Amino acid sequence: MTFFINQLIIGIQLGSQYVMVALGLTLIFGILDISHFAHGHMYMLGAYLLYILMELAGVNYWLALPLCMVALALGGVVVERLVYRPLRDQPHINTFIAAIGLILFLETMVRAIQPKALSVSKPIDKVFSAGGVSMEAQRLIVIVGAALLVIALHLFIKRTRLGTAIEAVAQDREGAALVGINVNRISLLTFAIATALAAAAAVLMAPLAFIAPEMGSVLILKAFVIVVLGGLGSMQGAIVGGYLLGILEAMAIAYLSSTYKDVFAFAVLILILAVRPTGLFRGRE
Amino acid sequence: MPDGWKKAIKPTLLVAVLGVAALLPWVGLEKYQLRVLTLAMAWAIAAVSLNLILGYTGQASLAHGAFLGIGGYAFGIFAERMGWNFWPALLVAGLIPALLGFLVGLPSLRTKGPYFAIVTLCFNVIVFKVFENWTWLSGGYQGQRVPKPTFLEQRWARYYFMLAALVLVLVVVRMIVKSLLGVTFMSIRSNENLAEAVGINTFRYKLLSFTVSCFMVGLAGALLALENGHLDYTITSYTYSFNLLVYVLIGGAATLSGPVVGALGLYYLLEYIEKVVGEYRYALFGLLLIVVIIYFPRGVAGGVQQLWDRLKRWWAGRKAGEVVGG
Repeated sequence: MTFFINQLIIGIQLGSQYVMVALGLTLIFGILDISHFAHGHMYMLGAYLLYILMELAGVNYWLALPLCMVALALGGVVVERLVYRPLRDQPHINTFIAAIGLILFLETMVRAIQPKALSVSKPIDKVFSAGGVSMEAQRLIVIVGAALLVIALHLFIKRTRLGTAIEAVAQDREGAALVGINVNRISLLTFAIATALAAAAAVLMAPLAFIAPEMGSVLILKAFVIVVLGGLGSMQGAIVGGYLLGILEAMAIAYLSSTYKDVFAFAVLILILAVRPTGLFRGRE
Repeated sequence: MPDGWKKAIKPTLLVAVLGVAALLPWVGLEKYQLRVLTLAMAWAIAAVSLNLILGYTGQASLAHGAFLGIGGYAFGIFAERMGWNFWPALLVAGLIPALLGFLVGLPSLRTKGPYFAIVTLCFNVIVFKVFENWTWLSGGYQGQRVPKPTFLEQRWARYYFMLAALVLVLVVVRMIVKSLLGVTFMSIRSNENLAEAVGINTFRYKLLSFTVSCFMVGLAGALLALENGHLDYTITSYTYSFNLLVYVLIGGAATLSGPVVGALGLYYLLEYIEKVVGEYRYALFGLLLIVVIIYFPRGVAGGVQQLWDRLKRWWAGRKAGEVVGG
């Protein structure tokens, strides 16, 4: 039983990471209709920035977290403006190609500059244990940090004028423009928020894993799986789907096979789509 | 320009290109260059195959890297381990990807647009992980040897064989595209709902296009493996799916020459800039991709077509001007 609970904790922690990345993706993909495949690589940049700040510049972890979020938010704005904005009225496949171009560019540049995998030290290197159930402090930080950020995002979307404007654009872009919402600015804002979330996920996760140039590629695909199954543009879907996938994976690693840990999500996606081509939940059409 | 000339331009160009291609092994090319050219043609065949489902039918498959690798391995395993003859092994290298493509298409082609791309990419990752970990199948890091039949032992023989295969695949795709079947495919691409509304079973035709495309890309994988003489699990990587997609879109989707131009051109470009910029070549490649897709969304072949159309309009306008003026 304690083994099960330990795995459950790991699952929730994995899920927290997925939720943060998938939420950003569902904002971009669902609201702006951009298949931003390079979102995982923005996450990767966040982890590298953390390494630079902590290990090279000696910045404190807790200060590095907001710094990375702000820097990556700006990065997201640049990507939207330079890469996706010129492609807005083009066929979908073109944004897709641009995203692949961005992936190649970012991954190659990072690998050329630093080919080795890196790691950062944990801010609180402790293990809590009670009755056979043990928990690393960093896992708790990931779980709590993700929960706080998700709640903050929810409050922002539901309770502020800007957040409502984002929702308005999501529901009807032309209608939103008609009532005076600056769609371009909302688009930039969405990218900033989504990329900051990805950076937060990277910073929280970095002490638990290696930092490598390709760390974002499988993650982004999982995030897409979550978004597709959770319903396009649905925040609830991304949250439920993210935690479910994390727990499912932790259980699969424990009870089935760790070699194939990264492919369960994809097999599940194909199987579910074979039965329900529209995904599990109905999102925005 | 007289009309007769205009009609003659395309066939003349075609004959010229084929003539040059046929003469290349005899003009003192280095062995290495002939080899690069042969490999590039294998990629061109793969790109032409992808173009059928991506360009003409409008479904962006990101699993073609997997099918390419599966075709290569099917050929290698049947020819080397089972000792089959060349031709039946080649046939199997097409049939297995076709069958798998059919099975994957069943669930994935019910989804549309970016979803199809995501589902096929997921399939590609699964295939890659299986080949990476199942060493009995892939031969692990040592890989799988691929035997050459006696009539293809010479380098130039393989070159001509590849050239013939490329021409054959192009002829087949051209026949499909010019037939009613091709028109059906293209109607799905331009407006799937409308195609459905006029009574086309779009799902069945997408599945057909995908299966045929997988068959051809499997052959391309076998030919690639044949030229390399060796395979390892990295051939199933989704990186190749991305590369193929790029070849087709940069060359020009839904044109016959586009994928060939894209594959040969970019394969060469990458070989060339590797010497100059080394590791950074894919970074340059990525930037190039973004710029091309923003400024030349129809690719090289599309861009040439655009230019040609403009030239024709300009010519027609001048003639009209002459008439009015005269």
